[in-house]
Amino acid sequence: MSEELTPEKELDARGLQCPMPVVKTSQEIKNVSVGGILKVMATDPGSMADITAWCKSTGNELVKMEQGEGVFVFFIRRTN
Amino acid sequence: MSENGTKRASIVVFSGDMDRVMAAFIIATTAAAMGMETSMFFTFWGLQAIKKKKGTGKGLFGRMLSMFLKDIDGVGPSKLNMGGMGRWMFKKMMKDKGVTSLPELRQMAIDMGVKLLACQMSMDVMEIDREDLIDEVADVVGAATYVLEAQQADITLFI
Repeated sequence: MSEELTPEKELDARGLQCPMPVVKTSQEIKNVSVGGILKVMATDPGSMADITAWCKSTGNELVKMEQGEGVFVFFIRRTN
Repeated sequence: MSENGTKRASIVVFSGDMDRVMAAFIIATTAAAMGMETSMFFTFWGLQAIKKKKGTGKGLFGRMLSMFLKDIDGVGPSKLNMGGMGRWMFKKMMKDKGVTSLPELRQMAIDMGVKLLACQMSMDVMEIDREDLIDEVADVVGAATYVLEAQQADITLFI
């Protein structure tokens, strides 16, 4: 299971404010193959709701969301 | 919605206030990031957001107006501008907090394929030529073009 979450790409969006975490995620996901995982790190608390909304709108799958020491980590699977 | 099923957003930018233009570009870049075909229709004061930093106008009034028109880096906030101090303060506060600047947001929108449209009629009134606008403006159009865009859009905003 953890094998499956090995990210193909990582995006460091720490320090970026709305809307940049979502904008950068939308650009970086294009560099991930379909089925691959993009790991996104962000410090913007709004990204919790926003990355979730982005996944919902684009159809990509938010596999896991973690929170630790002011950093939010997202594992997104590219689905299309 | 587009014929291929893609959702669409269409934003009228009437205001030339820094804060409002900022909101417009934040929503436009986000809509594009969320997979929507996005267009922005700049009219009246909003033309400043796509204007080059140069003087405009031919007649006396046009040239007088030009003295009050800014480019995207020069527009001031709708409140507390205080002769430019507010613009400076907001720019500094946003920079300190890692908020992307307005010129960068516009570039981001362009890079993401947001279509920038300029209003022909307000350009005529304000004596702003196509050459006075940035090259990335896709087209100079009228209200009917916007209404058609809006008819097909899933989100329309007037800012």
